[in-house]
Amino acid sequence: MIDRRAAWAMLARQLTSQIVVSTYSSATDWLATGERALNYFSFGAMGLASSYGLGLALARPERRTIVLDGDGSLLMNLGTLVTIGALAPKNFVHIVACNGSYEANGGHPVPNRDVDLAGMARAAGIANAHRVTELEGFENLIPALLTGDGPHFVELKIEQGELSRRDYKDLYRASRRAAFRAALDGVPQNG
Amino acid sequence: MEATPQTAQAVLLHGEAIIESLKQARVGYVLSVPDLHTSQGLLKPITQDASLKLIRVCKEDETLAIAAGLSYGDKRALVLIQYTGMLYAMNAIRAIACDQSMPICMMIGMLGKEPDRPSRESGKFGVRIIEPLLDVMGIAYHRIDRDADVACIAPAIETAYAQSRPIAFLIERRPVHS
Repeated sequence: MIDRRAAWAMLARQLTSQIVVSTYSSATDWLATGERALNYFSFGAMGLASSYGLGLALARPERRTIVLDGDGSLLMNLGTLVTIGALAPKNFVHIVACNGSYEANGGHPVPNRDVDLAGMARAAGIANAHRVTELEGFENLIPALLTGDGPHFVELKIEQGELSRRDYKDLYRASRRAAFRAALDGVPQNG
Repeated sequence: MEATPQTAQAVLLHGEAIIESLKQARVGYVLSVPDLHTSQGLLKPITQDASLKLIRVCKEDETLAIAAGLSYGDKRALVLIQYTGMLYAMNAIRAIACDQSMPICMMIGMLGKEPDRPSRESGKFGVRIIEPLLDVMGIAYHRIDRDADVACIAPAIETAYAQSRPIAFLIERRPVHS
């Protein structure tokens, strides 16, 4: 099992100009790796991170869009796999941190912790679908995720994270979205 | 010579007129779950129009987030769904269109709305509550019942993107495809 913070830190070290869309616990742990103008935090309607990311990937094919999702979130929008599989954007990477629980909602289990999300993604038409259970395996996969033709799907088996109070107010403030838009438009940011 | 009785002019709403207004407003994507009300008269001609990219999704709330992502990338989209789909996607509409004030442009098929009375007085509960729900969410809307109503679509979409606010078009009459 993988520590999500360690996995995200490993990914962050290799990113340059990619868009990163993250949600809930995946988002708070992603923010802990450092501020990036090209971070977009999906909030308010659980499950839609991959749909935001899909729109961004279609609109900005010159950049790679990476979605950091959770299994509880994805299970609320499983149809997204079919939509992504049909459109097959080459610049789209969907990484789902799976701990079998609704971690952001108190750690209650998802209805079936043994569900095969990588298998579902493959069946939905996403050929590059992987299940990763060790940090080393994730490290080995990152170059392909960042350079190979997508869409990519990764079911990342992680340990249960902290259930402590998370600062969503800071995560979702409007100024972050404004900075994200400016960064996409290539407007230099202060700080 | 006897006068020929004048035939009453049929009131029509042409899908082609709606499509033209979308192009005027530089809409490039249509995000849709099929709706019986707009299926033949609007969605079908959209499928045959190479200048509009149709994205078929599985459930209506996907359309909201995809449209938001596209708008961050400076691409304009239309969400084409039935009123039941709007009801399904209410939380996504609340979060994306209202809380984040994104330029979400929704075209909503009012399946089953009676032609002889306003939707607020419809015998169908689902149809009857659409306008009040949009009112309470602060989402502006236009009723599209005939070709003459279509003129409002392009300017309303321009305003939605200029002000980063949602807009809804209620397709009251079933569009026809000439």
